[in-house]
Amino acid sequence: MARRSTPEVNAGSLADIAFLLLIFFLVTTTIETDSGISRKLPPMQDENVEPPIIKEKNIFKVIVNRNNDLLVEDELMELKDLRDAAVAFLDNGGGVGPEACTYCEGAGDPTSSDNPIKAVIMLVNDRQTEYGTYIAVQNELVGAYNELRNRSAQRLYGKSFAQMEADYDNINYTGNKEALKERIEEIRDMWPQKLSEADPKN
Amino acid sequence: MAKFNKKKGSELPAINTSALPDIVFMLLFFFMVATTMRETTLKVQNVLPYADQVEKLDKKDLVMYIYAGKPSARYQQSFGTESRIQLNDNFAEVSEIQQFIYAERETKREELVPFLTTALKVDHETNMGLVSDIKMELRKAEALKINYTTRTGDASQNFD
Repeated sequence: MARRSTPEVNAGSLADIAFLLLIFFLVTTTIETDSGISRKLPPMQDENVEPPIIKEKNIFKVIVNRNNDLLVEDELMELKDLRDAAVAFLDNGGGVGPEACTYCEGAGDPTSSDNPIKAVIMLVNDRQTEYGTYIAVQNELVGAYNELRNRSAQRLYGKSFAQMEADYDNINYTGNKEALKERIEEIRDMWPQKLSEADPKN
Repeated sequence: MAKFNKKKGSELPAINTSALPDIVFMLLFFFMVATTMRETTLKVQNVLPYADQVEKLDKKDLVMYIYAGKPSARYQQSFGTESRIQLNDNFAEVSEIQQFIYAERETKREELVPFLTTALKVDHETNMGLVSDIKMELRKAEALKINYTTRTGDASQNFD
């Protein structure tokens, strides 16, 4: 008796099933990575440690009240002017003698900051302040530091600080990474992010 | 000549689609491997603020997420409209954050613990009081690396 050949299985609907699964995964999954402003919190300190004494002129005071108004150095200010004001303060370079700043391009006002190493930005917010406003202020202050770092990096090494950091993270970068890291550290030390946040007031 | 005439009347041969499932499966596997499932179900409103000085948050396995905001519409009945914190899948109190951080650290390899980052996904209408409380707890737990997760865009949009 001759063996009957088995009938072929109809695979026409296989594609439909696969499509169904494909569309399910397309819809339910997210591919984007998060991004945001990175910050480092100060470690907890003992109660009895004396706070360091900082000269009044080296402090840039930014206060945000419960109505989301901005008070910068005791004057009302719009958010759009904050970055320029912060840059002017950090870049002032009003110090003399050992406290002089060699790379600042600011006005050199003796009543403003001595040099960027000493300059501290102090941010005070109310407990009722909206988070969106707080982020906007943080964004402008970080933007001011980035602007100055980019300027110094451009002058010293011919490319922006953001580009240097991107190169450092890029695994295909062909240049010397050790040297690049030193340069990044140098720029960071020139413009240290000294952003102090006080406990919110009521 | 009959031999040649025979072909003339026949229809177009059907296109062979037997390779179609292979192609679709290939795509399917790509998406299955390349994407990650949403891990937590949001119970709070989470409209993030805008910022443009942002850094990318790579290495998703080294990130702990803390959500905060007003409870979503269907939870407002039982939880009210005051802003709350969400850890994993549940509402939580500020005092539970330290425990959460320690628990998260337990699940990571020891040499990776110093690189852990806490991502704060906070609704733009939340009051800073709550955010300050969260930050205070994080300082107590010595989880000092934080990232305010934002949407990329001009910061002035936060005032609208």
